[in-house]
Amino acid sequence: MTTERVSRSALAEVGIGVETRAAFATRVVSSRLERMAGNVFILPAVLVVLFLSIFPLFLSLSLSLSRLKFVKGGFEINFVGLANYHKLLFGSEQDHFVGVIASPSPFGWAFFLGVVAFLVWRLVCYIRAGGYGVVSLIGRVLAVVLLGLLAWLLAHTLSSEGRPGTVVVTLLYVFIGIAVQYALGLLLAVLTTQRLPARRFFRVVFLLPMMITPVGIAYTFRMMTDTDKGPFQPIWQALGLGLYSWVNDPWGARAAVIISDIWQWTPFMFIVLLAAMEGQSVELIEAALVDGANRWQVFWHITLPQILPVSTTLILIRMIEAFKIVDLPNVLTNGGPGTATESMTLHAFIAWRTLDLGGSAAIAYMLLFLVTFLSMSYVNILRRRVVEV
Amino acid sequence: MRIRWLVALVLLTVGAILTAPVAPVVASGPETTVSQEKPFEGIEVNILTFTGPQIAEPLQRRGPDFTALTGAKINVIVVPFSDLYQKILTDMATGTNSFDAFVFAPQWMVDYIIPGYLEDLTERVQNDKDIQWEDIAPFFREFSATYAGRIYTIPLDGDFHMVYYRKDLLEKEGMKPPATWDDYLAIAKAFHGKDLNGDGDPDYGSCISKKRGAQAYWFIFSIAGGFIQSLGTSQGAFFDTETMKPLVNNEAFAAALDIYNETTKYGPPDELNLDVGDTRSLFTSGRCALSMDWGDIGTLAIDPQTSVVQDKVGSVILPGSTKVLDRKTGKLVPCDEKICPHAINGVNHAPYAAFGGWSGGINAAAKPQVKDAAYAFFSYMSQPAQSNVDVTIGKTGYNPYRISQFLNRELWVKAGMSPKAASDYLGAIEDSLNSPNMILDLRIPQNQRYQQVVLDKAVSQFLSGEITKEQCMKQIYDGWEEITEELGREQQLEAYRGTLGIPTK
Repeated sequence: MTTERVSRSALAEVGIGVETRAAFATRVVSSRLERMAGNVFILPAVLVVLFLSIFPLFLSLSLSLSRLKFVKGGFEINFVGLANYHKLLFGSEQDHFVGVIASPSPFGWAFFLGVVAFLVWRLVCYIRAGGYGVVSLIGRVLAVVLLGLLAWLLAHTLSSEGRPGTVVVTLLYVFIGIAVQYALGLLLAVLTTQRLPARRFFRVVFLLPMMITPVGIAYTFRMMTDTDKGPFQPIWQALGLGLYSWVNDPWGARAAVIISDIWQWTPFMFIVLLAAMEGQSVELIEAALVDGANRWQVFWHITLPQILPVSTTLILIRMIEAFKIVDLPNVLTNGGPGTATESMTLHAFIAWRTLDLGGSAAIAYMLLFLVTFLSMSYVNILRRRVVEV
Repeated sequence: MRIRWLVALVLLTVGAILTAPVAPVVASGPETTVSQEKPFEGIEVNILTFTGPQIAEPLQRRGPDFTALTGAKINVIVVPFSDLYQKILTDMATGTNSFDAFVFAPQWMVDYIIPGYLEDLTERVQNDKDIQWEDIAPFFREFSATYAGRIYTIPLDGDFHMVYYRKDLLEKEGMKPPATWDDYLAIAKAFHGKDLNGDGDPDYGSCISKKRGAQAYWFIFSIAGGFIQSLGTSQGAFFDTETMKPLVNNEAFAAALDIYNETTKYGPPDELNLDVGDTRSLFTSGRCALSMDWGDIGTLAIDPQTSVVQDKVGSVILPGSTKVLDRKTGKLVPCDEKICPHAINGVNHAPYAAFGGWSGGINAAAKPQVKDAAYAFFSYMSQPAQSNVDVTIGKTGYNPYRISQFLNRELWVKAGMSPKAASDYLGAIEDSLNSPNMILDLRIPQNQRYQQVVLDKAVSQFLSGEITKEQCMKQIYDGWEEITEELGREQQLEAYRGTLGIPTK
C-alpha cells in the first residue's frame, strides 16, 4: 500500500493523466502476479510433498505414542505417551531391541575404551584447531556421546554372556556388509580395468546378482546353506558338517544373511567404482609411471584419492539403504533362530504384523533417528573432509 | 470442432465409468433369480484361511462340487499362518469386509465375537438337520464352536497333540512306546544318527517343528502340561486360577524347557527352521523315529504316494511325568494318589487340545444371502458324507472330530490303515479326548498375543541358545503379566476361569 501511495503521488506531481495511471496500475498488478507465479506454480508440488512425506511422518510419530485397541464396532487409538519407547529401551522388549547387556570381555573393554579414546582425541583436535561455531561444537559433542554409547552397546551385548538385540544386529549388517562389499567391489573394479581377456564378459557377470530380486537371493542362499539337502550337501558331509545347520546357530545364521547381502550388493559398489576409475585422469597416471612409480604406488597415491569422493558418496547411499534391510533375513531365516537375525526393520514389521502398531512405529522412529544421526555424522566428520582434501 | 469432440469423448468416458458398477448388476439380473434347485446361483463367497496345502485343500477341492449343487461360487483366499489372526481382525475392524467367511483357530474367536464381528450361527445350526450336530464330539461342539452359550463356528477339524513312533523300530529293539518324557528322550537318543529308512544316510531320533512364526508354539505346553496340571482340566495349565499369575516361572516349566531343548539334540540340523509340514514329510519319508504332532501324521503315513512308513507308525497319548508342580512352592513333587488322581501307572498325562481344530466362522457384516451361502458351505463340509472322507486323507489337514469317525473303524481301514493302526491312532485321540486331565487351550481375550507373540519369541530364543532357561521363563512371565495388566487382571481372570468352567469369583 505504501509503495502504491508513493507511486500515485509521484504520478500526480508529474501530471500524468488518469488513463495512463490505470495502465500503470495494471502493470503493477501484473508484475506482482509475475513475482508470485513462481510460488503459485510450486505450491501443488509442495502440498504433494507435505501430504506424502511430512504428514505421514507426523502421523507415524503420533502412532508411536499410542496403542491400538479393538472395541465394539471398530478400533480406538489411545495416547500412551512414551510407553512404546520405554518398552523398547527399558521394558519387556529391551532384550529384543537393545539386547541382553552383560559384562564385556577384556577384548570388549579394549574395543570400547579404544573407540572412546579415539573419539575424545578427535574432539580435542577439533577444539584446538578453532574456527568452529557453537552449533557445530554441540553437534560434535553429541556425535561423540552417541558414538560412544553405540560402542558401549556393542561391547556389552557382544560379550559371551550378552546377546545382541535388533539394533546391534542391524549395525553389524551395515558395517560388516558395507566394508566387505566395498573391498570386493574395488578389487573387481581394479581387475576389470586391467587388460585381461574376457573382461567385458566378467563385467556383465559381476553385475548379475544386482538384477536378481532379494527374495530370489534369499531362497538361493537358503538352499545353499542347507547342509542336509542343498547343492553343497556332499561337501558338507565330506567335511563332517552334515548334521550342522547354519540357520540353527545364531552366528551362522547372521553370517548367512551378511554373505547373501554382500553377494547382492557388491555389484553396485563394483559398477560405480568402475565408472569412477575409468573416469580418472590418465595424464596423472602416465606422469607417475614415467617417474618410475609401480602399480601399487599408482593405485595408492593417484587412483584412490581420485575415486575417494565417489567412494564416500557410494558408502553413504549404501549405508542408508543397508539400515533398512528386511527381505533377506525375513525369507532366509524368518528372523531366526529365535530373533538372532532380525534387523530393526524386520522387528518393526513383525510388531506391525502382530497389530502392535504403536510399537512398530516406535521402532521405525528409532531407526530413523539412528540412520539420520549416523549419516549426518558421516557427512560432517568424514565426507566433507575427504571432499575438501 | 476438436473441442466438441473432446468434450463428447470426456462425457462418454465419465458416463461409462459411472455406469460401470451398474452394468454387472443389470447383466446378472436373470442369474440372481433364486432357483429352487440352485438357491445360491450368482452368489460368491470369499473365504480366508491359511496358506495350504492342508486346510485350504479340501475347501478348494469341494468348492466346485458345492457350486454344482447350490450355484454359490467359493473363492478360497490364503495368507501365511502368522498373518491370519490379524488379517481377519483388521478386515472386519476397519470395515473393509473383503472376506465373507473365515476358517481359523477357534481359540481366537473371543476377539472377534466381543466386538460383534462374527455371525451368531445358533439358529442356523438348530434348523440344520444335515449337519448332524450331535454327532460332533462334545468337546469340539463346546470348545471349538460355542462361546457364552451361542454357536459361532462350525468345526471342520479336531486337534490334539500326540506322539508318533516308528512301531517297527521300537519292536525290533524291544522298546515300549514312550510313557514319560524321559522315555521319549531315551528312544530319540537310541535311534539318532542311525539309518532308519535304508537309504544309507544317518537319520534322526526326534522331529518336532520348532519354527518361529509358524504353528510350533503349542508344543512347549504339550511337554509342560504333564508337569503343571494334574488335578483335572479345571486346574488350568497357563495361569493360577486365583491370581492370574502365569505358571511359567517354576521348576515344572524349567523341566519342560530342558526336555524340549534336549529333543533338538536328536533332531534334524535345521529343526529350528522347520514348520509342521516339514517334520511331517521327514517322518513319512522314514527319517524320524519319533515325532510330536496333531493327528495329521497318522493319515499322511498311509498315503502310498508319499509315505514309506505305511503300517509302521504307532501313536500314543502325550507322554507325562511322575513329578508335578506344587503351585505353592513352585517346586516339583513326586506324584501320589492325592496330587495326581488321574495318573496312569504313576504317570501324570495331560493331553493338550492345542488349537482346537480349524473351524469356519462367518463375517456378520456380509450380505444376508452370502451369509446363508457361507453357512451352507461350512455345513456341507462338516456333514459326515464329506467330512468322514476328508479326515482320512492326510493332505487335508483335517483330523477326526465326529463320534461316527471314531466309532466307524471301517472308514479308516478303507482309507488304507491296518485295523491295528486305526485302533492305535483313534485310540490315542480318544484317550486324549476322554482324559479328565485334558488341557484346554487359552481362550481368553487376546490369547494370540500371549502365545503367538510372547511365548513363541521367548521359546525360540531359548532353543537357539540366545537366552538362558531362566531368562526365557522370566521373559514369558513378564510379557504375559504386561498383557494381563494392560487388559485388566480381573477381566482376564474371569475370562480364564470361565473357559475352565470355574464359577465367577
